Formats: sequence, structure tokens, C-alpha cells
Amino acid sequence: MEPTIFVPTDLYLMLSAVLFVMGTLGVLIRRNAIVIFMSVELMLNAGNLAMVALARQWGQVDGQVFVFFVMTVAAAEVAVGLALIVSIFRTRKSINIDDLHNLKG
Amino acid sequence: MENFPQLVPLVVFVPLIGLLINLFLGKYLGERGVSIVAVGAAAIAFAVAILLWMALAANGYEAAVIEIRPLANWITIPEAALDIKWQFRVDTLSVTMMLVVAGIGSLIHLYATGYMHGDPLFPRFFVYLNLFLVFMMILVTGNNFLVMFVGWEGVGLCSYLLISFWWDKRQPDRKFGTVGWKNSLAGRKAMIVNRIGDFGLLLAIFLIFWTFGTLDYYKPGEVPILPAHGEAATHGEAEAAHSEGEAGTPAAAEGLPLSATMGVFNQAEMMLQQGAEVHFGPFTLPIGTVITLATLLMLLGVTGKSAQIPLFVWLPDAMAGPTPVSALIHAATMVTAGVYLIVRSNVLFHAAPVSSAVVALVGTFTALVGGFIALGQWDIKRVLAYSTVSQLGFMVAAAGLGAYAAAMFHLVTHAFFKALLFLGSGAVIHAMEHGHHHAHEVAHEYGGHHSDDLPDLPFDPQDMRFMGGLKERMPRTYRAYLIGMLALAGIFPFAGFWSKDEILLDALKVGFLNGRLEGYIAFGLLLVSALFTAFYMGRQVYMIFHGEPRTEAAKYAGERGGGMNVMVNVLIVLAIGSTLIGLINVPTGFWVVDRIVPNHVFTDFLAHTVVYAHAGSANMLLAFIAVFGALAMIYLARILYRRQAVVQGTRDPLEANPQTAGIFTLANARLYWDETYDRYLEQPFNRAAAWLGDRLDWAFLHDFVHDVLIRDAYNALGRVLATPVDLGLIDGAVNGLGRLVRRAGGAVRRLQTGYVRVYALSVLLGALLIVVLLVAPLLQQALGG
Repeated sequence: MEPTIFVPTDLYLMLSAVLFVMGTLGVLIRRNAIVIFMSVELMLNAGNLAMVALARQWGQVDGQVFVFFVMTVAAAEVAVGLALIVSIFRTRKSINIDDLHNLKG
Repeated sequence: MENFPQLVPLVVFVPLIGLLINLFLGKYLGERGVSIVAVGAAAIAFAVAILLWMALAANGYEAAVIEIRPLANWITIPEAALDIKWQFRVDTLSVTMMLVVAGIGSLIHLYATGYMHGDPLFPRFFVYLNLFLVFMMILVTGNNFLVMFVGWEGVGLCSYLLISFWWDKRQPDRKFGTVGWKNSLAGRKAMIVNRIGDFGLLLAIFLIFWTFGTLDYYKPGEVPILPAHGEAATHGEAEAAHSEGEAGTPAAAEGLPLSATMGVFNQAEMMLQQGAEVHFGPFTLPIGTVITLATLLMLLGVTGKSAQIPLFVWLPDAMAGPTPVSALIHAATMVTAGVYLIVRSNVLFHAAPVSSAVVALVGTFTALVGGFIALGQWDIKRVLAYSTVSQLGFMVAAAGLGAYAAAMFHLVTHAFFKALLFLGSGAVIHAMEHGHHHAHEVAHEYGGHHSDDLPDLPFDPQDMRFMGGLKERMPRTYRAYLIGMLALAGIFPFAGFWSKDEILLDALKVGFLNGRLEGYIAFGLLLVSALFTAFYMGRQVYMIFHGEPRTEAAKYAGERGGGMNVMVNVLIVLAIGSTLIGLINVPTGFWVVDRIVPNHVFTDFLAHTVVYAHAGSANMLLAFIAVFGALAMIYLARILYRRQAVVQGTRDPLEANPQTAGIFTLANARLYWDETYDRYLEQPFNRAAAWLGDRLDWAFLHDFVHDVLIRDAYNALGRVLATPVDLGLIDGAVNGLGRLVRRAGGAVRRLQTGYVRVYALSVLLGALLIVVLLVAPLLQQALGG
């Protein structure tokens, strides 16, 4: 039996945290809507990674099952979100989110 | 026949139905239909009255009290022990009045169908006339003072409506602008003067209710306590109450208060025998004084309705109404309501000698004043009006002297001959108007000019100076009028002779036998009044019917066409009545006549109801003096007024003679009675009213209280409320709140940058905060634990 390399859960969680922070910063800093979108995906998948890692840690499948739901929802979200972005670009010829501040009070 | 008294509501309701038919359908019925309904209603009422009379005769003249179920409980307030019923009383007195009212009323209705022929308001006139019958019947059939008062006011209303019936007549009038104005002012005068009298009557009714606890004359089935038998004849229940009762506090008989079982008159008799006292809060008066007070107040009502001094001034003006109205309301029936009231309350008046004396003197002086003024009038109807005042004075004087039967007797005979005279005068006026018209047409046809005006007097169809010589032109009217004149003057054997003689003799007896001063005064003055009566009636007949016609109108006057036939026929019926009606009460001991006809039938008839009625006797000497005096006066009038030449221009022979000019002027000016009232009552009243209106109402109430106190204070208050309170406080609070919200919103809106990034950051921070809040306790637990 080939010895398996056991990666400790801490490393997964750290990677997950790093990915999440990168995603968050991407959302907050970048102006291109597509990039922001990708950053959101990054955050979602950071969460997925954490859930899978913890599921393995506790030997339960709940976390893994939940990840499927998240991926499904993310797919749906991408479909809707991209449609919105296309629509916005058609009307405003821009996907720079700083141009979209009509809700300013 | 025993159940005939049950018919008595018909005398009220048949004319009521008649008037309703004419009121709603009169327009479509035409003159003929309206006449049939109105005269028919009156005639049916008369027929019912005759049936009631027969029923009384069959029942031994026993009074009956009838009520119709749904209407009987008129006013009932158990808490105040107030239970006033609308009951009909059928007794000899009320039936006498019903016969007079419906009998004379039917004839006058019939006459009016001719007199009012062609009037555009023909149906309305008969509605009013039937309404008068309704109220007059309520007045005479009511079994208590309040129902009587309803009728009393109702006939007053009809009087007002009918006096001012021609309120829109455009014919010019020297004093009032148009005749219509004059008529409506006359109606108003009658209304106002009667209010003064009614005020007295109302107070009397209140006083009676306070004293006796009821207003019923007699309760159903109650028998009057007869003076002759005294207490022996007392009604059963009353007897019980009498023996148990204490003075002043009517005791209960079988648990019922005395007022539930005994009417006013029997209670009065009983309380007088006991010498009871009446309590008015802190005051206590003996019953005799209370009755005197009540009867004096009642007298005030009588002076209003029956035109006595001091309130008679409305009656002569009331002649502004159509002549049938003058005959029916202002001569034959309504004005006798006061006499009826006194006779109805004879128990009370008998118990109050002071009041009776006052009544007698008021009546006597009224008779004298009315008779005197009638001497100097030119207007044919005014002479008759003052004559009515005078004759009502006779009746009231008789009632005051205790001669209740004589008063009622004179009421009945007077109804006949005065109706006859008024209707006769109406025929004359009618003929004069037609003659005037005809003369005009004749003159027009021949291209000439015609004027009925006398040198300084415009034509007036009622003025006797324009008449003369009508005897040949209106022979039937003349004969009827002559009978009326002889009856009024008291010439044997016409009706007025019997009744007037009875009053004179009763007056003399009160003076001579009872030694009462008012008897002598009444006798002397009434005799003078009787002489006046004969003189002014003689003057009137000679001026109207004898001599040569003084105008073209009189020349062309006649008694044919234009409804004259029916009018003259009614006159003939009344003339027959005026001749014979006196025979119903022939006194014992009068020459041959008392052997031929039964004696004092009418007095015996009345005595079943009128407790203190007594039969008159005959004195041939007095009768001779009275008749001779009257004949002498008529002869004097004949000398003065017979020939046309006697009236020179517009002057009366009495006026032309310097010795009598003063007297005539005084009579012609109506003793300055109206002027005196005008000067000493009306003008001060108007001045006081003007002063009060100017000072109190305008200056004080309007300018000061209203404008200064109320309006200005209100404005000041309004200003305070508007500016500081409303604008400052309330608006400030509301606007401040608004500003606050706006400012807060302005501050907070900055948060909404519109940049997605900011929202994302805030979401992140929020999420972090939640995580921290969730994790912190765990950490604390982990570290602390």
C-alpha cells in the first residue's frame, strides 16, 4: 500500500483563508465587473475548500454534500450575473462598476 | 233614541270632512260642488244637533258624556296627575249652542253661496267657514276647559283668516292705501286684541287646574250638586269624599284622588261648603278668593272674545271680512262664546259675587258705549257691529246679574235677528255694488259721464249716505230687514222684545229685591242702551230704504241676479225665525200670550244643565215702557231721517243741529276710544319698543355686547389662537418634526454612495462583526474555562 501523504487540515484552512482574502480584496478593489465576478467565485470556492477539508477532518459527508449545492448555486449565479453584465454593457458601453452609481443618495 | 248622544262627534267631524273635501278637491268641484259639500256638511251638523235635542228630551234631559276611543286620551301624564280627555258633553246648554251654531251656520253657508258667487277664492272661503264650524263645535261640545280653549283659539284663528280674507284686494283706500291692507290690518288687530283676553283665560284655566286638579266640568255620570237640595243631592262618591275629606286636602275616595271622580263645579260647591283653603307654595287663600280670581281672569278672556270693554275695539274693524262672516262669526256665534263660557261656569260666577258684579258692570257699560257709538256711524256694517257690541253687553250684563237663562235666551234671539240684519246689509251692499256697476255701464252706453261720488266723498257701497229709497227696489229685503230692526229694537212680539225685557226685569229685580247697586245701574243704563238701539236702527232703516235714492248706484240697485235670489230666501227664513223664536221663553203672567204658548220652556230646558238658571217673570208696566220708548225712538228717527233732503250733502241732521252736533261728533268718532288706545297704549308701546330696539337691542346688545364684547373678544381670541398658538406652536411642532426628519435623512443619505464596493465592504464588515460577536464568547469561555 503506497503510503499516503496526509496533509493536515490546518494547511487547507489556511489556503482557504488566503483564497478568501484574495477574493474579498478582489471584490473590493477591482473595478471590472468580470474580475469582481471571478473574485466572488474565488471566495465561494475558498468556502468550498474549507468545507471539504473540515468534512474530511470530522469524517462526515455533510460538508461535501453541501459543496455540491454551493457549486450548483454558483453556476446559477454565474448565469444570471453574466447576463446582467451583458445587459449593463449593452446599455452603458462599460462594465466599470464605478460608473454604476445611480443609487447614490 | 237612547243612543243618539253617541252621534255627537259627528257635529265636529262632518264639517271637518266637508272642509277636507273642499280643501283638496275644491278646485275641481266648481262653485256648485263646493256649495253642496259645505252647506251639506253644515246641514248634517244641524240635523245631528236636532237628533241630540230629541235624545235629550227622551232621556229626561240627562247629560251624556261621549268619548271616541282612539281620541279620548288627549293629554295623559300620570306623574303629574294630569289626565285631560277629549270628551263630548251633550247637555241642554251645549245642545242649545249646537242648534244655534249649526242652524244659523247652515243658513249663512247657504247665503254665502250667493254672496261669494264669482269670487276666485270661492272654495277657500268655504273651507274656512267649515273650519269655523269644526272649532265652534269643539268649543261648545267639549267637556273640559282645555278642549273648550282649543275651540276658543280655533274660532279665533278662523276669525282672523276670514276678516283678512280679501287681503289682496287692490281697491284704493284713503287711510290704508288699499282695501287689502285695511283688511289684513283688521285681522291682525282682532288677533292681537284676542291674545290679551286669551292670556287671562289661560291663567284662569291654570288656576282652576291647580285648585281642583282637573279641568272637566263634570265627570261622566256625575250629577250637579243642586243648590236647592244642598248636600242631599250630592253624588255618591262625592258624598263619601265629603265625609272623609279634610278642609283643603281632598281625601281619596276608594283610593282615587277627588279630581278623578269629581268635576270642577261640584268640587267648587263642596269646597265652598267646607270653607276649604287652597295652597300656593307659601301662600294660602280661601276657596272663595281663588274662585273670584279665576272668574275675573275668565272675564278678561270674555272681554276679548265677546268684545266687551276694554277689548271690544277689534269687533268693528272685523267688519272688513265678507258679510256672511260678519253675520256668522262676528254677530251670531263666535262672539257669544264668552257668554257661553260664563253661563257654563255659572257655578263659579255664582260663588263669586264680586266677579259677578264686575261682569254685570262691564256688560252694562259695553252695552251703553256700543249703543252710543252706533248712533253716529255711516257705514251700514259698522252700525251693526257696534250694535253687536252693545247686545253682547246685554248678554254679559245678564250673566253677571245671575240671569243666566236670560243671557242664553238673548244669545239665541240675537243670533237670529243679528244674522238677519247682517245678511240684509250684505244684500244691500251687494245690490249697491251691482247698481254702481250698472249705472256705469248705462252711462257708458249713452256716451255720458257717471259718478256716484257725493260732493266731498268718494263712492263707498257700505256708506249709508249713498243709499236711500231702496224700499221700492228691494221690497223683500226691506221687509226682512224691517223685521230684524223691530226684533233688535225690542218691539212686541218680535224675538228681541222677549229676551231684552227679561234681562231688564232681571236687572231691576237684582237691584230691588237683592238691594245690589249694580242691579240699579244695569237696569238704568241698559234701558238707555235699549233706547239707543231703537234709535240707531230706525235711523239705519230710514236712511237705507226710505226717501229718494241719493246716488245712481242706489237707483239701479235691485234684488235680482248675481246670487241675490238665494240670499233673499235666506233672509226670509231668518225673518220668520226672528219673529217667532222669542216665543220659546214667554214669561208667566204676560198678558194673553202666556195662556197661548207654554211658559219659559227655554229656561226649564237650560235649567237641567245651568244650575243657577232661574225663570224670569213678566211686568206689564216695564214691557209697556220699554216698547213705548223704543217706538218713540223709531218715530224720532223717522222724523229726522225719513226724507232724502234731511241728509244735506254728507251731514247728519244731528250734526247740522248745533245742540246735538257735539254728541254726534263724539259718537261718529267712536268716543275717541281707538284714538285713546292709540295715543296712550299703542304709541307709548311703539315708542318703548323703538327705544328698546334702538337702545337695548341695537346700541347695547348689537353695538356693545355683540360687536364689542363678543365679536372683538372673539376676534382677539382668534388672533391669539391663530398666530402664536396655531402658527407658532402647532405648526412649529409639525414643521420642526418635518425639518428634523429631513435633516436626519440628509445626513444619512451620504452613506448611500452608490458604489458597489462600499456596500460590499459594509457587508464584509457586518459579517466580520457577527463573527466576532459569535466567536468572542467562545473565546472567553475557552480562555476563562
